Amino acid sequence: MTADMDAQTRRVYLVLLLAPLVVLAFVYLYPLSRVLWLSVTVPTPGFGNYERLLTSSAIQGVIWTTVRICVLTTMLALVIGYAIAYAAVHLRGWRGELLLFFVLLSFWLSVLIRAFAWLTLLQSRGVINTWLMDFGLIDAPLALIRNEFGVVLGMVHYMIPYAALPLFANMRGIDPRLVPAARGLGAGPVQSFLKVYLPMSLPGLISAGILTFIFSLGFYVTPALLGGGKTLMISEYIAVQINDTLNWGLGSMLATTLLLSIFALLAVMSIFVDLRKVFGVK
Amino acid sequence: MELAPSKPFRLTVFGAWLAILFLTLPFAVVFPVSVTPHRYLSLPDGTWSSRHYQTLIDDLTWISSIGDSLIVATGSTLLAILLGTMTALACWRISTRASELVRMAMLAPMIVPSIVHALGFYQVWAQLGLLDTYAGLIIAHAMKGTPYVVISVSAALANVDLRLEQAARNLGATALQALWKVIIPAARPGMLAGSVFAFALSWDELVVTLFLTSRNVYTLPRKIWDGIQDNINPAIAAVAAILIVLTAVVMVARILLARRQARLATASVEP
Repeated sequence: MTADMDAQTRRVYLVLLLAPLVVLAFVYLYPLSRVLWLSVTVPTPGFGNYERLLTSSAIQGVIWTTVRICVLTTMLALVIGYAIAYAAVHLRGWRGELLLFFVLLSFWLSVLIRAFAWLTLLQSRGVINTWLMDFGLIDAPLALIRNEFGVVLGMVHYMIPYAALPLFANMRGIDPRLVPAARGLGAGPVQSFLKVYLPMSLPGLISAGILTFIFSLGFYVTPALLGGGKTLMISEYIAVQINDTLNWGLGSMLATTLLLSIFALLAVMSIFVDLRKVFGVK
Repeated sequence: MELAPSKPFRLTVFGAWLAILFLTLPFAVVFPVSVTPHRYLSLPDGTWSSRHYQTLIDDLTWISSIGDSLIVATGSTLLAILLGTMTALACWRISTRASELVRMAMLAPMIVPSIVHALGFYQVWAQLGLLDTYAGLIIAHAMKGTPYVVISVSAALANVDLRLEQAARNLGATALQALWKVIIPAARPGMLAGSVFAFALSWDELVVTLFLTSRNVYTLPRKIWDGIQDNINPAIAAVAAILIVLTAVVMVARILLARRQARLATASVEP
């Protein structure tokens, strides 16, 4: 494609291409490479930090907690997001638009405000516990935060728009006459959904699932606030290593592991879907 | 033939509205809490007070944290627009395997978890003396915002014919003139959309901020975070209420503006 350019055009566009890349290399890729480097040099050169992945039960516990919470979050966010997207695409007029408006509103609202709202509702002297006790339904406050329940609730709440919006974009591209055609040919509503609609929305489900899972894996704010230091996910665990124990070797090793796991996931997923479409550049 | 909505469809719609309640109701709780007369987080019991809103005005750290957030978000958005638009323009025109690789590299900060690049920034910024400076935080946030500008400008350019550039050149424009007067105007809607993302991202960013700043640069998310950690103060509910209303107003304004533009566009086509 560059063959059709004269020398002047090529110069201009090469500068446009390379200047941001140079900036990225110096202020982003170099710092990232420092993290990878520290993970194999601090405190001593070698893969000692990585051995901890196999030997430390504390680390394995954190990784297992993270994976469990992220799988659960992704599945719940996908199911709920699918229902919202399906309704938004198929409802006529203002109802569909209103659904979408609320999803977008929630999408744009600050992550801290979400976590704060949940804390207000769920803490032991929070709104829900106060109400339940006032009505005499419980005697002692329920433990709704500082555990996995609170973390998953907060994360699903955050991730629903991330699942619903790509699904919505995908479903809008599905021919709306297909399901009525299947119905006309004698299929029931459930059958025509399972055999016609669901397969056509599968690429959207995969994309939305990847995005949700990857964003969940590195999540920090919501697990830190709603987990209250009891339910530790990997991001918070890394922060603890750096801030409290100054253990840069362990922290950077876990950061590298997190990063490489995400790239590995993307590589596997790229077999099934075009990643450029998932990230919206095609 | 129009089929009557099936029972499963009606159930799905019902589920969708329940999900919307789940999405939005938790936000509603901050409004009553923000007018509680008590010093602690609680629902008002009969009486209400504006004392927590008063706190936001009297306590100068709230005002200055909003100022810091505005400075950082504006600076990082400008930088992200510059870098992101350059990349998207070049990839649109060049469109080779190599340029695609560059574009994927520019998207990396979107995929890399915040905690991972926060550690990297911290290490390098410490060497460069950029810790706890506006410039340091602006650069870091700009890196996170750039992918969103790349994506939205690429989307805006996707439907722009490559021959437009050649036509401008054939009519005597230099490559730079063609870029400035023909291509960039076509990219402008994407630049605007991307800048909204970049701004919102920086405005709400916490993880990198926690690592890179301490006292000198003190943004609003940092202030809210510290407030939640220390003792949950109802003033946070007042901030939250203001931010929720602000977000809703901006969204409604954007929808109305888009409708008006669409109306004007159809009006100008019709004689």
